[in-house]
Amino acid sequence: MSNELEFLGRRVASGKLSRRDFLGRAAALGVTATFANSLLSSAARAAGPVKGGTLKAGLVGGESTNSLDPALFMTQVPFAFGKMWGELIVELSPEGSLENRIAEEIGSSDDAKVWTLKIRDGVEFHNGKTVTAEDVAATLERHSDEKSKSGALGYMKGIESIKASGKEVVLTLKEPNADLPYLLSDYHLIVQPNGGKDGADAGISAGPYKITTNEPGVRHGGERFANYWQADKMGHADQIEIIVINDATARTSALQGGQVNMINRVEPKIVDLIKRLPGVTIRNHSGPGHYVFIMHCNTAPFDNNDLRTALKLAINREEMLDKILRGYGSLGNDFPINSAYPLFSDDIEQRTYDPDKAKFHYKKSGHDGAILLRTSDVAFPGAVDAAQLFQQSAAKAGITLEVKREPGDGYWSEVWNKQPFSASYWGGRSTQDQMYSTAYLSTADWNDTRFLRPDFDKMVLAARAELDNDKRKAMYRDMAMLVRDEGGLILPMFNQFIDATGAKVAGWVDDPHQELMNGYALAKCWLEA
Amino acid sequence: MSSPIVKLVTQRIALGILLLLAVSVLIFAGTQILPGDVAQAILGQSATPESLANLREQLGLNDPAFIRYFRWLGGVVTGDLGTAMSSGQDIATSIKGRLWNTLFLAFWAAVVAVPLAIILGLIAVRYRNGWVDKLISGLALASTSFPEFFVGYVLVYFFAVKYQIFPGISTVYDGMPFGERMQAIMLPAAALTLVVLAHMMRMTRAAILNVMQSAYVETAELKGLSAFAVIRRHAFPNAIAPIINVVMLNLAYLIVGVVVVEVIFVYPGMGQYLVDHVTKRDVPVVQAVGLIFAAVYISLNIIADIAAIVANPRLRHPK
Repeated sequence: MSNELEFLGRRVASGKLSRRDFLGRAAALGVTATFANSLLSSAARAAGPVKGGTLKAGLVGGESTNSLDPALFMTQVPFAFGKMWGELIVELSPEGSLENRIAEEIGSSDDAKVWTLKIRDGVEFHNGKTVTAEDVAATLERHSDEKSKSGALGYMKGIESIKASGKEVVLTLKEPNADLPYLLSDYHLIVQPNGGKDGADAGISAGPYKITTNEPGVRHGGERFANYWQADKMGHADQIEIIVINDATARTSALQGGQVNMINRVEPKIVDLIKRLPGVTIRNHSGPGHYVFIMHCNTAPFDNNDLRTALKLAINREEMLDKILRGYGSLGNDFPINSAYPLFSDDIEQRTYDPDKAKFHYKKSGHDGAILLRTSDVAFPGAVDAAQLFQQSAAKAGITLEVKREPGDGYWSEVWNKQPFSASYWGGRSTQDQMYSTAYLSTADWNDTRFLRPDFDKMVLAARAELDNDKRKAMYRDMAMLVRDEGGLILPMFNQFIDATGAKVAGWVDDPHQELMNGYALAKCWLEA
Repeated sequence: MSSPIVKLVTQRIALGILLLLAVSVLIFAGTQILPGDVAQAILGQSATPESLANLREQLGLNDPAFIRYFRWLGGVVTGDLGTAMSSGQDIATSIKGRLWNTLFLAFWAAVVAVPLAIILGLIAVRYRNGWVDKLISGLALASTSFPEFFVGYVLVYFFAVKYQIFPGISTVYDGMPFGERMQAIMLPAAALTLVVLAHMMRMTRAAILNVMQSAYVETAELKGLSAFAVIRRHAFPNAIAPIINVVMLNLAYLIVGVVVVEVIFVYPGMGQYLVDHVTKRDVPVVQAVGLIFAAVYISLNIIADIAAIVANPRLRHPK
């Protein structure tokens, strides 16, 4: 048995077998996941990464308007390139635990209100300067400034004061938050010299690669930073390059023609075709991202819980998962959390398609006439088709949905979060608190379901301050039930991230948090000789 | 003979400038009615009310439209296109590289397409209504009738994926060796050539055939000149005006209309640059690119007009 496991482990290490398949086979051999994981990492170490070469990625999600200022990162290319040259305070590991980076240690007061970050010694910026506590403090200050345009501002607002002293940064929060370290893993929070206050887009941090090329919307390149503090773990290729390829067909053909070693966002409908290509490996893995239909709980007719329940029962989730995602996803249950989150409760009953019950609730709501659903292909890939499937399944329950296709241009500013019933997507967050605080607190800027419930707000704040994991898990279960049964969210499916790599790429580790191994694929993978 | 030509040319140029000014007003007005605003578009789904307000203030979006128009026009006249709102980069600098790339691609596509189209047109006329003519016309029409993305993908499939002769993505960059650069643009240039070829070829053929009906061509034929000599010495010079016109139109298209081809081949030219900034509502960039495109169109048309005038003595002396 152990021989077989060892063999399989070596295959994973050389990229010939996916981690998940390995775990599946290990389970079949009666091995626990923890043991299998440790076995796997030792196998990967034994095989050892190969240094050298140029790793190239062809990615969608880059525009000529991209800036190197981490505060403005939004799309996939700046996200992935940022992880190449930037170093974070703390990082989420593929297993969901926290991994300290620039912070050597993170500790909190008993009430989770005061947090102390101990800064690691001897980490060097690309400009030769050593990373200090002041740099970290200045970075956090810049992102938590009310005037900041930072994408992390929403979470950072909860910080009341930031003080650097010696080798420590002390953060005092307005409200207790047991999840603070998770928030610090946000990809915007790249530590920069003096926090980037004098040149936010200088592109200098302490990551494994130094920027050599930065042509926004065209290509980005880096060379290995000789003084990187974790040289054994990251930065295996001599050079990395990201070529922006927004066109899906061009991206696939670039991988196929060998011009790039990896691509992101393979469309579910062509995955089966790509699987047949020699040398190409599909890297699909589940994550917290989900595709949704959102109803405003405070706008007629959606202010009626019977109507909302009727619509939730009138959607055929299996069919949607099958036809829109081609199975590359999992069923949703009308609350935005799945097993990608550490404190997920898996015992909540799965809601299924039930036209009779939907009819009952629809009658009870007293509403009749058509209900307008707005959709667009930018809401999520296949959103227009999904809306039509919804229309058909709802019709069987006697509910008339009128589907309106909106232009993709301006969808996020004119339709989403403005119109009462529309299609949308969420990328998910690293913790339940973050997800609920971003979109379900009454005060949340992005409360796109207009879920205004003081009782729910109290639950969020209570869970945030709770340090006992079992109690927290129970609290999150209650919150999930409330959103599921009374909220304005229809969540038919969680989508998978689907990346693909070409021949010779080794060292891939599935990471549930974001695509491309949470952005680290170029830094952590290597080219086999 | 020079004075009427000089007068006509000056007139055309003055008219062109006036037209450009009118276009600038249209472009500015057009960008004002785009849905959403720059700040919202820059921040996208992650926009919070505070960050929106901060960004609007910083971008000067709170001034009235006409003030912003004259501020912009003043800048353009002095060669200052402003800075891109979304990335803060100087527009003139970013456009320079992109425009150069687009011109480079257009140039090589034209170098192949224009002579090829005219020669094929001449051959088609020589063997008019015969199988050669039909073959040329048929193939040219077929390549034009397919949408650009289809032509592009077919080329990519055969030359980049199946046989891997040329790269399927044409990312070029500063300091790229000339040979590599030429190899990189091979497929997009071929796609563009196929797309514009038929239009020029058909126009050449039609224009010459039109002239061929004339009495003097009949005279030339009766004189016993060979078919090619008749076309070359008598028909072609008289058909040159419409041919130049269609060539210029296609040259303009090669510069301003290649968005789809640039997207397919990931070529860092003006088209891709414009598309990115339209989706971000980056008004200064959209205006600058729009104006440059308009200038290209108008000047190529002026050149076509002037060439036609020079080629045709009758146009020099309007009644």
